[in-house]
Amino acid sequence: MPKPFTPKVVTANALLEGDVIYQTATGWSRSLAEAEVLTDEADADLRLIEAVQQVDMVVGAYLADVDTSGDTPIPTHFREDFRAKGPSNYAHGQQEALSNV
Amino acid sequence: MYNYTDFDTAFIKERNAQFRAQVERRIDGSLTEDEFKPLRLMNGLYLQLHAYMLRVAIPYGTLNSRQMHKLADIADRWDKGYGHFTTRQNIQYNWPQLRDVPDMLDALAEVQMHAIQTSGNTIRNVTADHFAGAAADELADPRPIAELIRQWSTDHPEFQFLPRKFKVAVTGSPNDRAVTKAHDIGLRMVERDGEIGFEVIVGGGLGRTPMIGKVIRDFLPREDLLPYLEAIVSVYNLLGRRDNKYKARIKITVHENGLDDFKARVEERYALIRPQFTGVDQQLLAGIEADFAAPAFKTAPETAYHDARQHYRAFRAWSDTNLTEHRVPGYAIVTISLKAHGATPGDATSAQMRLMADLAKRYGHDELRISHEQNVILPHVHKSDLPSVYSALKAAGLGTANVGLISDIIACPGMDYCALATARSIPIAQEIATRFDELKLEHDVGPLKIKISGCINACGHHHVGHIGILGLDRAGVENYQITLGGDGTEDASIGERAGPGFSAEEIIPAIERLVMAYLDLRLEPGETFLQTYRRLGLAPFKAALYPEAQANAA
Repeated sequence: MPKPFTPKVVTANALLEGDVIYQTATGWSRSLAEAEVLTDEADADLRLIEAVQQVDMVVGAYLADVDTSGDTPIPTHFREDFRAKGPSNYAHGQQEALSNV
Repeated sequence: MYNYTDFDTAFIKERNAQFRAQVERRIDGSLTEDEFKPLRLMNGLYLQLHAYMLRVAIPYGTLNSRQMHKLADIADRWDKGYGHFTTRQNIQYNWPQLRDVPDMLDALAEVQMHAIQTSGNTIRNVTADHFAGAAADELADPRPIAELIRQWSTDHPEFQFLPRKFKVAVTGSPNDRAVTKAHDIGLRMVERDGEIGFEVIVGGGLGRTPMIGKVIRDFLPREDLLPYLEAIVSVYNLLGRRDNKYKARIKITVHENGLDDFKARVEERYALIRPQFTGVDQQLLAGIEADFAAPAFKTAPETAYHDARQHYRAFRAWSDTNLTEHRVPGYAIVTISLKAHGATPGDATSAQMRLMADLAKRYGHDELRISHEQNVILPHVHKSDLPSVYSALKAAGLGTANVGLISDIIACPGMDYCALATARSIPIAQEIATRFDELKLEHDVGPLKIKISGCINACGHHHVGHIGILGLDRAGVENYQITLGGDGTEDASIGERAGPGFSAEEIIPAIERLVMAYLDLRLEPGETFLQTYRRLGLAPFKAALYPEAQANAA
């Protein structure tokens, strides 16, 4: 039996800055909280294809698992957790950007 | 130091212009990422977890103060005010933006630096003993040869698409500080009948299949070096596997075909191409050697040094650990630790880079080196200047007296930066250093090399650490495996896996148990961790690491 589909978001790096970005319903965001959560497999595949086609904006788009039990999606794997925050030795990356908002 | 010729300058300028145009075409959408990626990698530009990363070559780890100043300027202008020195004597910038990279490369070119062949399946930055030209135990300075190899390998038309990356290291000393036995080709200068030649070692490497290199020629005359290297790489280029990335390095080629078969092919190829080398390379080498002429060393009283040692405990501690014997009387080699307790191994801020550059200019004959152990070296400092050098370093947070000790840890960037990593390395290094600083034990423990890699590719050299730590992803949780007894010197050996891995929380106490066990087990304070391990083997250390298993078995 195939594994049941778990909720996902489309994530990539921004072409110009390299920043971690997430696909929203209308574009891209630096914040995972704003990501469009995909709960249907066919829909997720389609949204990923759409993301991959935006070659002049994004690099390396893929689907990442998220936990949707709370108000906003959070990563299920520690790698995605680091991508969402930034490195642990300096307050750089997304955590820096978010604290400046 | 080597100075670019007009040819070098023009070549770098043209490459930078080409890359600038490639970046423009990528941004305007004319190039896809698949098309652009090999082009950016040839110029040292990676895309990591959070950002792009630019890896800049520091050939054989040698820099002058002007170059170090430029690295600092680049860090301030286009990055976040710091740089990360790596185990291959490179510097990495972790936060460049794509549009800025061509300007960064032009800035590097102003001081005769570049990022060419710091990635891709090519011959990478040639590394060398970081004490080259200064060490008391040296036969000859290996850097002219390293520079010759760099010139030969840069843009070498036959070797731009090798089966996999290719790393060469050179040492001119019997005490191997360049880890030559863990390189695709390692070159060790040896003397025979008054003539200096090379012991050529092939097929070493770390990564998922660690191997100690094998001697393919025990004495190769100097003038035969380039044709012989060309023969080795040429045979590998055709014979090396391209069907499986994990079996593509030369260590697998040598292992699968056997050294005898591989050597026979190399010798055959060598016989064929040797006549093509008509001696132009030796003329070039003579010119390069003139560039590396030793500085004009001074003679001065050493009183200030001895006085400072007698009166200042901190200076004495620092001079005990961070100095190495120089070949010239009155001089010392200074290793500046980039391993302040709790800091990120190998990182230097732009202010620290400028200070080190200024010290090199004022006290160090304008030379700096980057070691594969992620420290910075001032290779030529007169002892009378050491107290001044130390106070300046200390004021900048660079006076840590821990070189060769437990907190002088090699750590790859790990999952804090690297897209390939399976776990973090940096926080583990920070915590171990902080813990042993709290315990005030590291000087008692003595020489001990901990090396941490955040994935099986082993950029942190964990296989050759006396204590190696490998970070893995075990069912979605960071897990750290310990190897023991590795050694990266002329007696190179691969560490032995101690047993099941530890969680991020368990690994620091586990290392502490291991070190406490060593303190109990050593015969006398002079017996190092590695010597104790070699005398007793894994068992007593394993018992310390896994006390529960011992209790259950009892």
